[in-house]
Amino acid sequence: MDIRVQNVLKQFSRYPALNDVSLDIRSGELIALLGPSGSGKTTLLRLIAGLETPTAGRIFFGDDDASSKTVQQRNVGFVFQAYALFRNMTVLENISFGLKVRPRATRPPRAEIRKRAMELLDLVQLSGLHDRFPQQLSGGQRQRVALARALAIEPRVLLLDEPFGALDAQVRKELRKWLREIHDKTGHTTVFVTHDQEEALELADRLVVMSQGKIEQVGTPDEVYDRPDNPFVFNFIGESSNLPVEIDNGEVWVGGRAVGLGAGDTPKGAAQLFFRPHDVELVNEGAALAGVVAASRRVGGTRRVELEIGGDAQRIEIDLPFDHPAGDKTRIAFRPKRWRLFSTAR
Amino acid sequence: MYEQDDLVYDSRRPILPSDHTRPTTERDWIKRTLIGIAIVFMLAVIVLPLVLVFVEAFRKGAGEYFSTFGDPQSQAAIRLTLLVAAIAVPLNLVFGVAAAWCVAKFEFPGKAFLTTLIDLPFSVSPVVSGMVYVLLFGAQGFLHPWIKGTNIEIIFAVPGIVLATIFVTFPFIARELIPLMQDQGNGDEEAALSLGANGWQVFWRVTLPNIKWGLLYGVLLCNARAMGEFGAVSVVSGHIRGKTTTMPLDIEILYNEYNFAAAFAVASLLALLALVTLIVKTILEFRYGDELAGTRKH
Repeated sequence: MDIRVQNVLKQFSRYPALNDVSLDIRSGELIALLGPSGSGKTTLLRLIAGLETPTAGRIFFGDDDASSKTVQQRNVGFVFQAYALFRNMTVLENISFGLKVRPRATRPPRAEIRKRAMELLDLVQLSGLHDRFPQQLSGGQRQRVALARALAIEPRVLLLDEPFGALDAQVRKELRKWLREIHDKTGHTTVFVTHDQEEALELADRLVVMSQGKIEQVGTPDEVYDRPDNPFVFNFIGESSNLPVEIDNGEVWVGGRAVGLGAGDTPKGAAQLFFRPHDVELVNEGAALAGVVAASRRVGGTRRVELEIGGDAQRIEIDLPFDHPAGDKTRIAFRPKRWRLFSTAR
Repeated sequence: MYEQDDLVYDSRRPILPSDHTRPTTERDWIKRTLIGIAIVFMLAVIVLPLVLVFVEAFRKGAGEYFSTFGDPQSQAAIRLTLLVAAIAVPLNLVFGVAAAWCVAKFEFPGKAFLTTLIDLPFSVSPVVSGMVYVLLFGAQGFLHPWIKGTNIEIIFAVPGIVLATIFVTFPFIARELIPLMQDQGNGDEEAALSLGANGWQVFWRVTLPNIKWGLLYGVLLCNARAMGEFGAVSVVSGHIRGKTTTMPLDIEILYNEYNFAAAFAVASLLALLALVTLIVKTILEFRYGDELAGTRKH
């Protein structure tokens, strides 16, 4: 089932939570809505589910205009951030709830419901726990029950709100892999919300990067990471360093000197230079960016140093091999291997 | 070897609990005095009167005590009290759940005003509550012309007593449920909706089970008040013995007739009701404290 979000606007008491958002989600794809808090990602998810109604705009499930349909009619599997398991029901009752509340005409017989719920319990690797109550489960187990419950109604799409938000790091990683497996096995169109870029990059086929109620960029993890469309995405996804520069003569200038970086088709005038701290090469000759070490710290297998560049002491970060002899005030010259320029000229 | 002199600090010497006075702990005699005052006060103000009710009721022996309940007028009072509670409590149960549902689960303009309105019966003197109904339905009342042609009697009749009781006991259930439901939020309901349940199914299968202990707690308090209400009922009742007197009113009449044994016999029933309520309430708080929002208030 592909989903089309068309020019959707959502206002909460006059403050727009989503501002003219359009998005195409392809059938069977696993897509992440990624953004800082307040970016509107959860609102977008809830609009797709039908838990909120858009102020303006339309949402299509396939060719079917779902905008005016209720959440029940949309037949979506929704996994809530705090799981929202029914505390007065056992695991099995939770999972079979969606089938039990169907009108008699479409409700499977009791034995069939039980069988299906048991199968789902197998799928989420919780066989044997069907008699437990939610309070007797760990966070990770609750998460699995919530997913099984959402899958039980054979949803057209699967929507997950911060699915791993409340779990500790180890369980998170495990469940991430497991969600991918489930997705590949069941083939649902799956949309999940996260503020954790690592999670989004690892898990999703495509990412939707959002900020302040707008979509900043949509693309595969590689596209978003390697070719960010704008400064926000470059900053938000992965590590980044940036520096104000001048563009002239098709070259990048810092403090009145060309630094050996081509400007491509960036227009003449002021611009921001962005690059990844780990994606630099140290150079001994030729035009380069140069600065003195102001601070350094060990990050995993590398040493991250802060360099002061130019007369106005702009600080940027680059990664050095951990055994690099650079100390305080050492002068280091480098060139980013890959970089992007965003014009700030009017 | 340990040092014998306590004043010399020795790291080898185990630190005993008695070595430390906790900064938040009072001295012994202060503790005893304060607890003593509290106990004496409790005995004098609560336990003693309660015991006296039963002592007075049985003063002339068990025979006299039970004969009171053979009196048709007292029987009528008990029946009326049960009837009033049987009408007022279920109605308030429905109103209370509905009001709590709409205050806790929805955002709408005027919500703060509605919440205040729900609390109104708590802050208004019961006598005033009764007066309001007299002003509405009494002979000179605002709505009197409207009921005049019909055979319906409200003031100095059972409907008036029921109305006044409903008004006075209205906040108990709503007040108990609102914080509980606000605390639980909409998550479970939304989950049920997303799984295809309709409004009724959500209510019966998800919302109600989540609030059942809080609801029972509210019903209990509401019932105790409905049976014990004096002021509001007194104003609208007309005190017609055997017809419009509830148990509290009956007690007053018996007492004013110097029929102490009978008055205290009926009073002992109300006291018993209070005790049962208290016990069940305590069990609820003990057993399901985390599912009651109101345990802090009462």
